[in-house]
Amino acid sequence: MNLLEIENLSLTIGGTPILKRVELSVAPGEVMGLVGESGSGKSMTALTVMQLLPWAARATGRIAFDGIDILAASEDQMCALRGDDIGMVFQEPMTALNPVKTIGEQVAEGIRWHIRASRADAEERARKMLDRVGLPAAQFPLSRYPHELSGGQRQRVVIAIACALKPKLLIADEPTTALDVVLQAQILDLLRDLVAENRMGLLLISHDLAVVTEMADRITILRHGEVMEAGDTARTLSGQFHPYTRQLAQASMHVPARAKTQEVGQGKPLLQVDSLTRDYPGRRTSLLKRAAPIRAVDDVSFSVDPGQSVALVGRSGCGKSTLARMVLALDGPSSGTIRFRGEVITGKSEAELRPARRDMQVVFQDPYGSFDPRQKVEKLVAEPLHVLEKKPTNTERREMVAKALHEVGLSPRDMDKYPHEFSGGQRQRLSIARAIITRPRLVVADEPVSALDVSIRAQILDLFAELNQKLGIAYLFITHDLTVARAITDQVMVMHDGRIVERGGTSEVLDHPQSEAAKALVAAAPDLHRAIARRLQEQG
Amino acid sequence: MTLHIDISEENLAGILAKAFRNRSFLAGFVITALVAAVALISFFWTPFDVTRLIIADKTQGPSLTHWFGTDHFGRDILSMIMVGARNSIAVALVAVGIGMGVGVPLGAFAAARGGIVDEAVMRLNDLVFAFPALLSAIMITAIFGPGALNAIIAIGIFNIPVFARVARAGALAIWPREFILAARAAGKGRTLITLEHVLPNIVTLLLVQGTIQFALGILAEAGLSYVGLGTQPPMPSWGRMLFDAQTRMVAAPWMALFPGMAIAVTVLGLNLLGDGIADILDPRSRRQR
Amino acid sequence: MTAYLLKRLAIALATLALASMVVFAVLEIIPGDPARLMLGLNASAEQVELLRNQMGLDAPLAARYLRWAGGLLSLDFGRSYTYSVPVIDLVRERVVVSLPLALIALALSTVIAIPVGLFSASRRGRAGDTIAMGAAQLGVAVPNFWFALMLIYLFAVWLRLVPAGGFPGWSAGVWPALKSLLLPAVALALPQAAILARVTRSALIEVLHEDYIRTARAKGLPYRAVLWRHALRNAMIPVLTILGLQFAFLLAGTIIIENIFYLPGLGRLVFQAITQRDLIVVESVVMLLVAAVIAVNLLVDLSYAVVDPRLRSRQ
Repeated sequence: MNLLEIENLSLTIGGTPILKRVELSVAPGEVMGLVGESGSGKSMTALTVMQLLPWAARATGRIAFDGIDILAASEDQMCALRGDDIGMVFQEPMTALNPVKTIGEQVAEGIRWHIRASRADAEERARKMLDRVGLPAAQFPLSRYPHELSGGQRQRVVIAIACALKPKLLIADEPTTALDVVLQAQILDLLRDLVAENRMGLLLISHDLAVVTEMADRITILRHGEVMEAGDTARTLSGQFHPYTRQLAQASMHVPARAKTQEVGQGKPLLQVDSLTRDYPGRRTSLLKRAAPIRAVDDVSFSVDPGQSVALVGRSGCGKSTLARMVLALDGPSSGTIRFRGEVITGKSEAELRPARRDMQVVFQDPYGSFDPRQKVEKLVAEPLHVLEKKPTNTERREMVAKALHEVGLSPRDMDKYPHEFSGGQRQRLSIARAIITRPRLVVADEPVSALDVSIRAQILDLFAELNQKLGIAYLFITHDLTVARAITDQVMVMHDGRIVERGGTSEVLDHPQSEAAKALVAAAPDLHRAIARRLQEQG
Repeated sequence: MTLHIDISEENLAGILAKAFRNRSFLAGFVITALVAAVALISFFWTPFDVTRLIIADKTQGPSLTHWFGTDHFGRDILSMIMVGARNSIAVALVAVGIGMGVGVPLGAFAAARGGIVDEAVMRLNDLVFAFPALLSAIMITAIFGPGALNAIIAIGIFNIPVFARVARAGALAIWPREFILAARAAGKGRTLITLEHVLPNIVTLLLVQGTIQFALGILAEAGLSYVGLGTQPPMPSWGRMLFDAQTRMVAAPWMALFPGMAIAVTVLGLNLLGDGIADILDPRSRRQR
Repeated sequence: MTAYLLKRLAIALATLALASMVVFAVLEIIPGDPARLMLGLNASAEQVELLRNQMGLDAPLAARYLRWAGGLLSLDFGRSYTYSVPVIDLVRERVVVSLPLALIALALSTVIAIPVGLFSASRRGRAGDTIAMGAAQLGVAVPNFWFALMLIYLFAVWLRLVPAGGFPGWSAGVWPALKSLLLPAVALALPQAAILARVTRSALIEVLHEDYIRTARAKGLPYRAVLWRHALRNAMIPVLTILGLQFAFLLAGTIIIENIFYLPGLGRLVFQAITQRDLIVVESVVMLLVAAVIAVNLLVDLSYAVVDPRLRSRQ
């Protein structure tokens, strides 16, 4: 018998339909992957099972958990289930824990509440659970506060809370999306082990097809609140019978068509970085002693040739974003120099930087945060024109904006709109339009596709590839996602603890990593091809 | 107060449409407009002349001729309230102007520069905060003597750190945004970025604080006039009217009732207006509606 | 944590020092010679000169400031020009009225506001919330001195339950003294309680949207338990901030309220001093109130560290 059985579930919030006739089941000891792009209703499905929906939500259909009719259950009955028989893990480990309570209190709280254990007993069980999720007592006593832990460690605490009472069902909503690939692999391993140990059912929600393929026995693919396809993971993904499944799978593995243009050693490099170091003041441990500085970037040297596309990959906190900011002259180095088009740009005033700024632009990660919501597209896209020597007239400006919009696949009519009128993918096109309006020779892109759904991501990668070909723009692509690096770059640099530990042709480095850091990254990176192959092999 | 620095992503038309569906805003807007209208009308017409003392009519209760009664000099209380409104509004408005005019640039500057400048501005803030408005008024009157102008200065000075704090907090929430980095990458300096990107995004925050300080200013002016440090007679003011009423509570309670209600209604209107604006512009509160 | 505490302490002391300079400077700006003021118009130039010398008024500015500030530290505020008694004696007499009044008012407003805020937040959008917040909206709008007049009319004039004003002194017994402080305290407390209740409610509602509240709910805790165990403590920070600011308002408020109720407190003292141009008294009382405000704000800063462990480990 199935542990969780969802039949014909429909959900509306304030009259807006969110889910339509969703069918889904999870058996004990089984991992069910729920996949979909943003807005597909996958989180809402989870919250419906937990009955933690907003007040205006109305659900119809049937949800049976272990013989209990969830939709008919009272709030008291649900409280008894939540945290005891059903645990849940959320996406954002940084905010999922109460900042003013110790991790011991937070893990023990559910135990005390459900089985009326004494404080001492509950703390003992909390201790065992924390040990189990990889937070040993020596380093992580119960008296630790969340802010003293890293993101990965906090996610382990959240898992400990959810699994403290050995629930029959665990719902994990994008549990690793906020973590880097190495941490992601560790957390996924932990979840897999917990499932095996307790014959727990796991409903794993993710936008990442590769992650789900590695983890799930069966998958359900959701789109606009409707189930598109459901079934055995390997068969569903290797067969790709449903058009939407095929579309998703292909977008996940998309590699833009790029002709190899890069000829090495053609004259001077465009960007040359020499033994660049950046220190931040460290945390003071005593009043009298000066704190040791934290070295974010440590003696980094590299160069980028004109028209070359280079990836900078590494785990979160390795210093890649700091490096990017220094290249963009938004942050000054502690020592070392950066040459752009042969000229030193470090230690220059804003006025002296103007010519360099013209040839160097940036695309950020967050398509929502990178535009001033108070300004119209025309003004936003035209912003870099500020560095031009000769200020364009209004008509010239509109022409330039129109041209840039056209180049990124938007209509010149979009000029008079506000950014909120665009979707995430369109905003990223706007972001690129802004970056190319001055015809720069280098674009630094900081995780430019990681906030986008896979199908949109594929389109934006195509756009990057096309502009590289057409305009000969060099890219410094900062990413944690090796698939993206593989898709769009010629060279890859692996950064670890502030240093560049490996550099080479993209496919060489990713196929045959030499350094420990690169090996760890490659081993942890989810890969849809590999995952499907392994699944098929397992099943024979 | 807690600050919501979520940026609203709507244009003016959308905001206006929302405004007139928000009960708080509508009520506040109507009351505030009414008070302002009364103050304006008092320039051209009042039921009675407030400068003429008719002792024969002194301390009469509310009647059809004198709706709100008369005071101990026989002056019509309704007329005095009308004239007093313009005094209250003028003092509070100018004081808000002083607070915004000095405080916002200070706060925005502190946020833009950071480091030692920020620290200095914040410590200066602490200093002014240590003198509650009434205390600074007392100090100022101790130097310059009582009067409406000194009340304005005292309340205005107290408003400066309030606006500086709000502007700084708002600006600090805007500065780490990616669109600011994009502007910096486009070679724009701190001042230009503050003008083009930071201030437009915190204007709503300042507007809300403005209505709160306006309301507090009305209360403070009334308080100062009440203790004789604000507007001086014969210019009618709500606070002074209450002072005159104090010793006549038994004989003429209406002398205290109506000016007090005038203050309360005005402040209520402004607070409702502020709440309404905050509601309309805070995307989070909107989500639950 | 010690670093945080030391920094706050240093800031408080620096603010206090700056404030004393401001107050001193104000006294310097004020026209009129205190020596001539004390001796009256008939005094000869020599007599004035002698007194100036005795009072140290002819010393350089910095020296006079240091002497004055040093005096403040040893509670020697100088002599009142009009009463010719040490200011500290006047202050000592009056502070036993003003301080209890402010503290009672603060306690009253906290005791009323926090339960109301909790009640409203937990019943958000329902009738109870609407009524409580409507009342709070009114409470914020009513000036406390007018409210005081209305209270006098209702309880003293009409119902004759309490005296309309005056203070029998603590020597007359604790109860009569407290009774005469009751109305003034209520008049001070209720408008502040209205503000505090609104802040408590909005801070709680804000916190209730945090991710960790959802985590707590997913643990199986009922809504009420989540509110008490997780939301309340996190909501305390803005509440404490407002509480600190309110103390300043209450102190300032006592100045007016004491005048309405004829209470012989610091507020009355300061007023009489202004009308008599007894500047040394004005200055001393202002300095004292400023010091109280700074001390309370320091206390608030320290209580942040108690509530929020993140502050404890930060520098």
